[in-house]
Amino acid sequence: MSNVIDARGLSCPQPVILTNKKIHEMGKGIFEVFVDTDTSKENVSRLAQQLGWHIEVNRIGEDYHLLLTKD
Amino acid sequence: MSTIKNFFASRWGIVSAGIFVGVFAPLLQKWGNPGNMGICVACMERDIAGALGLHRAAVVQYIRPEIIGFVLGALIAALLFREFKPRGGSSPVIRFFLGFFAMVGALVFLGCPWRALLRLAGGDGNAIIGLAGLAVGIWIGVLFLKSGYTLGRSQKEMKFSGWVFPIAMVTLLILLLIAPQFGRTPEGTPTGPIFFSEKGPGSQHAPILISLVVGLCVGFLAQRTRLCTMGAIRDVILIRNAHLLRGILGILIAAFFMNLILGQFKAGFSNQPIAHTNHLWNFMGMILAGLAFALAGGCPGRQLFLSGEGDGDAAIFATGMIVGAGFAHNFSLASSPAGPGPFGPISVIIGLIFCVVVGFTMREKIA
Repeated sequence: MSNVIDARGLSCPQPVILTNKKIHEMGKGIFEVFVDTDTSKENVSRLAQQLGWHIEVNRIGEDYHLLLTKD
Repeated sequence: MSTIKNFFASRWGIVSAGIFVGVFAPLLQKWGNPGNMGICVACMERDIAGALGLHRAAVVQYIRPEIIGFVLGALIAALLFREFKPRGGSSPVIRFFLGFFAMVGALVFLGCPWRALLRLAGGDGNAIIGLAGLAVGIWIGVLFLKSGYTLGRSQKEMKFSGWVFPIAMVTLLILLLIAPQFGRTPEGTPTGPIFFSEKGPGSQHAPILISLVVGLCVGFLAQRTRLCTMGAIRDVILIRNAHLLRGILGILIAAFFMNLILGQFKAGFSNQPIAHTNHLWNFMGMILAGLAFALAGGCPGRQLFLSGEGDGDAAIFATGMIVGAGFAHNFSLASSPAGPGPFGPISVIIGLIFCVVVGFTMREKIA
């Protein structure tokens, strides 16, 4: 099972749905999400924080790389 | 800049944007806009369709500067905060018809979700039925989303493609100001191609400059805070998150108090401004609208703000709404204060069938 979600180009709320699904599948651990809009970055970050995951955001060119972790 | 950016993304950012809409929509009504219609994306796009002669319902024709302001305000915010990203290509034809049927549903109820909130804040009980329908439509959309519904990825596009819709809005503004009258009636009086209502809701409007400036501010704030009525309800159902909901509660509460202050509050079901009391079709119309918004990823306002950011798919949805408004009046689908139009109910059913087919066929297995 891949630990990378490529949500670039997907419209709201699909990046959130994919992230939510992954969080519930994994319970804890580490995975990455790629998004291409600020809105998706904010929405995924908000969801992760709401569910107690730590999130690290890096900008790569026009896209965002989000690293989600939970011990 | 990042402090401002963080504020807008915060809880208070979205609440402020909601309060701004809730304060200024009743004021726009005070300054001339129709009853409980200080702001209504669906009604205002319908008036624009009429002004362009796409329908000839003489009482609802005016180029509403608020709509122009929404797109251009969002464009300014997106440019300023480096979020202007031309993109498109995510099932545009489907989005066009989702916009088309969303408008049909909204015009059977007589209002977009924003106007549903403003109607409620003005005391119109029928809005409760409409909002309930909206929530049911969004809930059905969430079921599709959870089972893998997608319109596919958008692609980055060349810069100019993101400018086309804002330029179209500037063109509308020019047409509003010069209102050309090239045509002649058989009697020889000048008419069209731009039509403005002489009576009815289309003739009621705040001064152009005020409407435009309020529209620009709303567009700016909503682009920053991602204000979306459909998203508000969807996120509560889908991920139990109330962030966006705070925005629409801001609209509702602020508009309620403003209406009390301005003497515009009148509780009841009958004789409400530009509204009818057919509960079944108020409900069904908004189920269709809610489902179409959910499948397209945003309420009509949000689609305009996204269009300002360069989202061509949202611009196609908005165009579908304007064309849908033309059909809604030409084909007697739109309601009037007397009740649903003769073909309103059947068109809502056709729209629902279209949305359900889209929901079942546009999907991929979620990884």
